[in-house]
Amino acid sequence: MSERQRQNGRRYGRRLGGRWKWHRGILLGSLILFFFGLIALLSPLLSPYDPYRIPEKLQAFSLLSPGADHWLGTDLLGRDLLSRILYGARISLLVGVVVELAVTPVGVTIGLFAGYFGGKIDAVLMRITDAVMAFPGLVLAIALTAVLERPGFLSVIIVLAAVRWTTVARLVRGQVLSLREAEHITAAVALGARKGRIIFRHLLPNCLAPILVAMTFGVASNILSEAGLGFLGLGVQPPTVSWGSLLAEGAVYLTVKPWLCIFPGLAITCTVLGFHLLGDGLRDIFDPRLRS
Amino acid sequence: MEPLLVVKDLKKYFPVKKGIFFGERAELRAVDGVSFEIRRGETMGLVGESGCGKSTTARLILRLLEPTAGEVYFGKTAVFTANKEEMRQLRRKLQIVFQDPYSSLDPRMSVEEIVGEGLTIHRLAKGKEKSERVAELLEMVGLGREHLGRYPHEFSGGQRQRIGIARALAVGPELLIADEPVSALDVSIQAQVINLFEDLQKELGLTYLFIAHDLRVVKHISDRVAVMYLGQIVELTESDELYRNPLHPYTQALMSAIPAADPRPKGRRMVLEGDPLSPIHIPSGCRFHPRCPKRFDRCDKEEPVLREVSAGHWVSCHLY
Amino acid sequence: MRNDSLLTVEGLQTHFFTEEGVVRAVDGVTLSVRPGETLGLVGESGCGKTVTALSILRLIPDPPGRIVGGTISFDGRDLLRLPEEEIRKIRGSSISMIFQEPMTSLNPVFTVGEQVAEGIRHHQKVSRREAWDRAIEGLRRVKIADPVRRVREYPHQLSGGMRQRVMIAMALALGPRLLIADEPTTALDVTIQAQILELLLGLQEEMKMAVMLITHDLGVIAETADRVLVMYAGRVVEEAVVKDLFDNPLHPYTQGLLESLPRLEAGKGGRRLTAIPGLVPNLLELPVGCKFAPRCSKAVGECWPTEPELREIRPGHWARCILA
Repeated sequence: MSERQRQNGRRYGRRLGGRWKWHRGILLGSLILFFFGLIALLSPLLSPYDPYRIPEKLQAFSLLSPGADHWLGTDLLGRDLLSRILYGARISLLVGVVVELAVTPVGVTIGLFAGYFGGKIDAVLMRITDAVMAFPGLVLAIALTAVLERPGFLSVIIVLAAVRWTTVARLVRGQVLSLREAEHITAAVALGARKGRIIFRHLLPNCLAPILVAMTFGVASNILSEAGLGFLGLGVQPPTVSWGSLLAEGAVYLTVKPWLCIFPGLAITCTVLGFHLLGDGLRDIFDPRLRS
Repeated sequence: MEPLLVVKDLKKYFPVKKGIFFGERAELRAVDGVSFEIRRGETMGLVGESGCGKSTTARLILRLLEPTAGEVYFGKTAVFTANKEEMRQLRRKLQIVFQDPYSSLDPRMSVEEIVGEGLTIHRLAKGKEKSERVAELLEMVGLGREHLGRYPHEFSGGQRQRIGIARALAVGPELLIADEPVSALDVSIQAQVINLFEDLQKELGLTYLFIAHDLRVVKHISDRVAVMYLGQIVELTESDELYRNPLHPYTQALMSAIPAADPRPKGRRMVLEGDPLSPIHIPSGCRFHPRCPKRFDRCDKEEPVLREVSAGHWVSCHLY
Repeated sequence: MRNDSLLTVEGLQTHFFTEEGVVRAVDGVTLSVRPGETLGLVGESGCGKTVTALSILRLIPDPPGRIVGGTISFDGRDLLRLPEEEIRKIRGSSISMIFQEPMTSLNPVFTVGEQVAEGIRHHQKVSRREAWDRAIEGLRRVKIADPVRRVREYPHQLSGGMRQRVMIAMALALGPRLLIADEPTTALDVTIQAQILELLLGLQEEMKMAVMLITHDLGVIAETADRVLVMYAGRVVEEAVVKDLFDNPLHPYTQGLLESLPRLEAGKGGRRLTAIPGLVPNLLELPVGCKFAPRCSKAVGECWPTEPELREIRPGHWARCILA
């Protein structure tokens, strides 16, 4: 009997442990993001060197391996990689967040309208969404960059936002479609609620949780996309640095000086992981099945 | 007596696509010519199996769905031709209680917001007065003011159903449509909610359209009962008369299929052959004839009409 | 008395270890099923009737659930001590189970014939051909018209009643000695419900198997069961031969259940339903003494401090109530 009780105790403990796991996800994710956010904010203070300055004795500083003076080594032009990653954090995180903030209201509005009104409005909006989704992102990026003449911060934002809103719109539309059938929405209609009330008091609040979760994943995906654009040379242009452009620069030396890619890559991976941990945790919390 | 609600030849056909690629259209005739009247203060029961169109009928009366054809009068007002403002006024008088105690309450709203929503929409009360009114409504349905700030997930199914009833009562309706309000509840809780419906009717002089698939429940609460099959009313009469003298073979089968709470062997049970048919493939003649044990040669050729065969007893069957 | 049993469950305790605490879903259930009889298990949601059934087949999801006490013996074998491999052999062959919602129990991407045949081949070494033929035979046995055509159909092409028939065919394919039917007719329309119950009883007689019928509907129990167990809050509160239970219910909960049913015979306004007050109990906040006491109209002081035992009040009629 006592053995059984001990087993029960263990299982109970493990169960609590299971609950801790998602708390831990949010905790760890927030911690990572806080860390990188701080880095981005304080990069001028934290950076040991000027990330843009090319030293005079270029030969002596070019492509140094990680060491005591330059913890993460230097690039071809002798600039300190650590400092560049710290500065790059600003652009990468900014791109990720700004794109998401810009895109969410647009996507939510389109999704709400398409889902609630249905019929022709839905058909038109969703065909547009499909068309944008089906269009190869890279071609769009190249085309847009060509139109904007010079790739840069703004072009990156525009390119990413131009594609990203579709995901949000689809998500919200799906939510609205399933909610629209819910009896509490019908009840509100039966009470005489007008369209605005249905949309803003009933549909929108019930979409917020999934939107928030999608936003965290969205930032992560934007950071990755920025890196991809940067890698292709379509990202921010020198002298501005982002993690993506660092990857692009380092790629040339991938076999001989791999750290030029590894460290920016690690920064990207950790940040994306942070957002995903946070997003997963939020999803767990918002999942009504996990609430008693 | 002047009827409170008149439903005339109500129809609702839903288009359904049959082929995958080519738009071979078909119709799902969910409600196919339903007519009845409800008198002020009475309880009209609507009973039938899943897919018989009883819930669609409810939603049509409330104009939550647009009808294919037919008319509904509430008092003197024609529901389907009412303009926006008339409709808003009608919504105060016609309310509904839903089946699912879970999906029928917005999980992100507190009980006060849920029950008070109608008061806000129709500008009946606000602020303190609204809270007070909501608290009264909660007490009326057997909950308390301590529940005002709580959220739906904190309540059991039966309590949620009470909240749904309070929401409907908030706007002071005359006709309450109850769409399977107890079928998701446990037996012991069902009885509580049925009793609540009866008490409220006495207290507030409400008129009910009570929809359920359980004939026992409908029979218990209703003055008159309409039995639906495949989108039509097949029998309509006083509930005692329906029990004593069911005329339509479908009603007889429904009655005999109900497991009685009594283990002694009963008379021979009338078990129907086959499954309920789909409202997409409606048979010719009487819609019940493929399953009917009493069918004869006329049944698959000629569609019967709902006729009054004795005072107040309507049936749609060639046998009578 | 219980030596002739096919299945004996003794003091079964199945608990769920959740974030909010330990849910004692089944807490000391003892029951027996004799060969060929129909045992009814009746109770409301959360009373532990389904968990009892799942425990017998060791289908409790772990975590969070776990059988923490008791014994289950079937045909002389202790099911709780059998290795996983052995219990898997028993599931679906000697003990079968059918569930409330036939659609979720059937795989939508296989034809019903494939699914019935696969069940057979899972337990017996027979050729594909033979399993297929037996699947057709199985569908015929559950009175599905035109089984040769129906075996090639997918679950979504069948009606609810037809699907439940397929589930029964699958469950009976290997001639089980015990069939556990968990609310087999609850999701079905009343006319179909009558068909399925009739079918089940016919097959039971034909195949000489025992049936454990789980339901919330006392009417279904009255029509089908030989003996009945009434469950409340994870316990058996009354056990009797079906006729005794309905004629002379001893536990106030059983009495309340019977009285809260609307009856067809009574006219409108004739009889107000006698509802059991209060809520279906929260298993995390059960009282110390009799679990039904908070809702019981007859409760007295002694009901609160200690929980009554299940006592044999009359031969074969047991109740867990000090007033009985």
